[in-house]
Amino acid sequence: MTARTSLLARVPTPARLGYRFNLVGRIGLAVILFWAVIAIVGPIVAPYPPGEIVGWDYFTPMSAEYWFGLDYLGRDVFSRILMGARYTVGISLAAVFITVTAGVLLGMVAAVIGGWFDMVLSRLLDALNGIPSLLFGLVSVAALGSSIPILILTLAAIYIPGAYRYARALAVNVNTMDYVTVARARGETTFYLISREIFPNILGPVLADLGVRFIFIVLVLSGLSFLGLGVQPPNADWGGLVRENIEGMSFGAPAVIFPSIAIATLTISVNMFIDNLPTKIRDRSE
Amino acid sequence: MTEPLVSVSDLRIGATTDSGRRVEIIKGVSFDIAPGEMVALIGESGSGKTTIALSLMGHTRTGCEIDGGTIRLGTSEITAMTERQRAELRGTKVSYVPQSAAAAFNPSKRIMDQVIEITTIHDLMPRAKAEARAVELFRALALPNPDTIGSRYPHQVSGGQLQRLSAAMALIGSPDLVIFDEPTTALDVTTQIEVLRAFKAAMAESGASGVYVSHDLAVVAQIADRIIVLKGGEVQEEGDVEQIMHAPSHPYTRELLSAFEPKLHASPASKEARPRPIIEVRDLCAGYGHMRNGEPLAKVLKNVSFRLERGRNLGVIGESGSGKSTLARAIAGILPPYRGDVLIDGQEMLPDLAKRSKEELRKSQIVFQLADTALNPTHSIGAILARPLTFYHGLKGRERERRVIELLDMVQLPAAIRHRLPGELSGGQKQRVNFARALAAEPELILCDEITSALDTVVAAAIIDLLKELQRELDLSYMFISHDLSTVEAICDEVLVMYKGEVVEALAARDMTAKAQHPYSRLLISSIPQLDTDWLSSLEQDPELVKQFALR
Amino acid sequence: MAPSLLPWFYVVQRFALALLTLFIISLTVFFACQLLPGDVAEILLGQAATPEAVAGLRTAMGLDEPAIQQYVNWLTGFLQGDLGTSYANRIEISELIGGRLVNSLKLAGVTTMISVPVALTLGILAAMYRGSALDRVISIFTISIISVPEFMLATFAVLVFAVWLGWLPALSLSSAEAQSWGELLKAYAMPVISLSIGVSAQMIRMTRAAVIETINTPYVEMALLKGASRSRMVLRHALPNAIGPIANAVALSLSYLVGGVIIVETIFNYPGVAKLMVDAVATRDLPLIQSCAMIFCVSYLSLITLADIVAILSNPRLRK
Repeated sequence: MTARTSLLARVPTPARLGYRFNLVGRIGLAVILFWAVIAIVGPIVAPYPPGEIVGWDYFTPMSAEYWFGLDYLGRDVFSRILMGARYTVGISLAAVFITVTAGVLLGMVAAVIGGWFDMVLSRLLDALNGIPSLLFGLVSVAALGSSIPILILTLAAIYIPGAYRYARALAVNVNTMDYVTVARARGETTFYLISREIFPNILGPVLADLGVRFIFIVLVLSGLSFLGLGVQPPNADWGGLVRENIEGMSFGAPAVIFPSIAIATLTISVNMFIDNLPTKIRDRSE
Repeated sequence: MTEPLVSVSDLRIGATTDSGRRVEIIKGVSFDIAPGEMVALIGESGSGKTTIALSLMGHTRTGCEIDGGTIRLGTSEITAMTERQRAELRGTKVSYVPQSAAAAFNPSKRIMDQVIEITTIHDLMPRAKAEARAVELFRALALPNPDTIGSRYPHQVSGGQLQRLSAAMALIGSPDLVIFDEPTTALDVTTQIEVLRAFKAAMAESGASGVYVSHDLAVVAQIADRIIVLKGGEVQEEGDVEQIMHAPSHPYTRELLSAFEPKLHASPASKEARPRPIIEVRDLCAGYGHMRNGEPLAKVLKNVSFRLERGRNLGVIGESGSGKSTLARAIAGILPPYRGDVLIDGQEMLPDLAKRSKEELRKSQIVFQLADTALNPTHSIGAILARPLTFYHGLKGRERERRVIELLDMVQLPAAIRHRLPGELSGGQKQRVNFARALAAEPELILCDEITSALDTVVAAAIIDLLKELQRELDLSYMFISHDLSTVEAICDEVLVMYKGEVVEALAARDMTAKAQHPYSRLLISSIPQLDTDWLSSLEQDPELVKQFALR
Repeated sequence: MAPSLLPWFYVVQRFALALLTLFIISLTVFFACQLLPGDVAEILLGQAATPEAVAGLRTAMGLDEPAIQQYVNWLTGFLQGDLGTSYANRIEISELIGGRLVNSLKLAGVTTMISVPVALTLGILAAMYRGSALDRVISIFTISIISVPEFMLATFAVLVFAVWLGWLPALSLSSAEAQSWGELLKAYAMPVISLSIGVSAQMIRMTRAAVIETINTPYVEMALLKGASRSRMVLRHALPNAIGPIANAVALSLSYLVGGVIIVETIFNYPGVAKLMVDAVATRDLPLIQSCAMIFCVSYLSLITLADIVAILSNPRLRK
């Protein structure tokens, strides 16, 4: 089964299935890629060391020297935002991959096996879904602290029930399809059913779901950091940057506005990208 | 000659596809409808018949648009009207009977409110008068409890009744034209008769003109005066019912008609003595839901027994809910039977397919009705056919590819098709691939679950021919489940008639019409529409029998 | 079963499910807090405490008992209204929470009263005129709002209303003890505005989706073919069938309040339960965190359960 000849293996690429990405979707994708690159190279291209005090003044307005002004200690806000991308994007990405991987695996297994396993798991995860996300984060951080691995696991845990429920619903639908029944009647194993028959058919919606959950995770992470419970100083993600500089809010300092804008560009562009995915991929109504 | 009520000339309708391309789906269609005349639009899926019918109301579905031509109804030029003016016309001048009344009734409103809604919208008459008129119509449509049925909710009445209620809904505003959009397609044959009769009587009484959209020539022959044959958004032929049926001039019409010709099946004479039946089923019981005392909550199959000799074909007929598909699933072990035995090639099968050996599974293969859902849309045709080759026969690489090409050739498909995805194939092609996958296992018995039901008649006939040919070459036996008697007649030697999970009669296929004994078999067989304009009016069914068995 | 009883059967079932869910949540909340590193008694008494004192306190607090026993004690206490004592300042938690709960409920109540009518109207209008300029404006507005964190809405509300327009005070609106109506209005305005925007955006989107889904059904097309106007199609045919999904949308969006309230109360220094909880997290005041978390979960669950019940009762198939 492993060695598939090139003639038999034809990947269903977007173009072959008639998908098309429109302009808004492409802009969204471009912004996402931009932040992804910054998350990797941010500290290298930053004009100043992000952690160092580089000016004597604080909360300065935008200038040619300090593009986004200085923060409450006199650090360069632009550099700190570039560095913050690493935390915001990195932590959220790690969390969302854990969430979706776990959710999709459990969801597919539950859908295929059914019975008690499905019922108990669904009940349990539904109950956890009954805890508001930010609250979940608060309790977890209170109990376990806010190191980065804990943050990632917490954020992932918050959204596993949702990802599970979504993937399970998709898999249950696919599982009733005749091609799965045919494969089962042929005598195929559960592993084959899940990996070859079901997974490729839920991949599109699952990717869209990954985007949606990424946004949720970015928002909760920013919220936690804003409450001082996320990434700890002297490091700061974008939510943390807003918190540090909240004093500057009353006079509209760029130090508090630009980190907010950075979050918004990321989340809005992900939303734009997903909303403009071709309907064939998206196909969700939540 | 009187002025026609409706005249459509050079109608062009375009649609925008998912990928943003514009395609013309109605390509310059012209026809007239005289007052009081019933015109049938006949065609297969994709012929544009429903699109044309809806355009007579000035309505197009999402993505479609009238690009050119004119539609005139009475004195109104529908194509030149604003949406508001068209709304004025709908319900009063032209009305609509949908394909699925069950979906077209609002589940949260009482039936009466929906039936008389047209009179409310257009302010036609006071409510009391409208209700009285509705009850009159209910009576004319032979609905049970005409005085009280209106106070029910849609989910509380049967599908056949809803379909008749939707005709009352269409007729309440005394329209000049009523559009019937495949109104009996979703019904069982025994129900269809009553609904057709009701439509015919009510239309005769109202004197309105009608458009009857259907793919079924036999049904149309009972109700229409004139037939327009459509294909690919173009008129192929137009004529009186008698002329179309007896002297069709267009080759496509002839093709449609030939699919109706009875083709009796004769099994190839057996070459040698066959020691054991290919399949034997004894007292098989299966059902769904929680098991209690070893029996499921919902019992579907009740003590089904039969045997089929090698090389012969068995037809299983019955209406929806008869358990015929469940029978196939129980035999295949997809739904493990809770009692009874299945013996394939003399070997007893364990109920649960997970406990059967690969070799046992290989011998019998199941093929499903909808090729759309039976082929994994993300696998190429090559991969779909390759899997059973690897799974059952351990084939790999070149050898496997050679065999895939061979299989495609068997079902008369070009080898290059193996690189395509199922979504890129036509319905008939998909069903061939679906069948080729079963052949890949090199089975001895193939369970065919309504495999031609979703196909257009011409395509279905070709599939049946293919099945027969393969049987001669490969020494196969088929168990053929269908609600369509003519298909079963065309390929089977023996027939089981099922009703509510039980086999009521077993017959030889060639003389099932003549020799059926059981009252239900006779009711079912007599309910199949014939290609004869007098069939419905001359059909006499014992009302007691109908009451007892028809699922109206 | 008699058909008229059927809906109530489902309602009871739904309640039972909510209780089960609450039970699982209480387990989660309790044992999550058990994971806190370090010995509570030691933390409470500080470094200088003698081992005997620590042991005494442990026994007094029941910390020596097995975790299950502690959980049962905590839960039974909770059910009887005994929320325990705060670690941080030795005050009865019920006392700490009491007045603040009222404040939070006021905030949530006012927000609900504003956002539900606004959101339902806009959501239904957007669905009704799908694809129109109005729909597109509403869509862009809502998608931008739900894409940004709650605290950003609050900060921007401050920027606009306090900094640029100067209509309202920027920070720290202490209190519900405002004297005049005007002051009361001012005290609530900023938090309510920030919350309402977020909640409404969520609700508009979900309402729109729910209504559009019903508009795309064959029976609404049938209404069109009867000559019904657009408003009749939507108001008479689609809406009655969209009640369930809309109730669900409202409930889910209001639960956004829970997250929003935590942020907004912190930003505006509003004396509510959420602020209390955030402070408790900072001081690791476990009993207080547990109690606040349970309060939030109970209110969230009640909303969801209520929505489910509305959906059950509005389903015509379950009606007689």
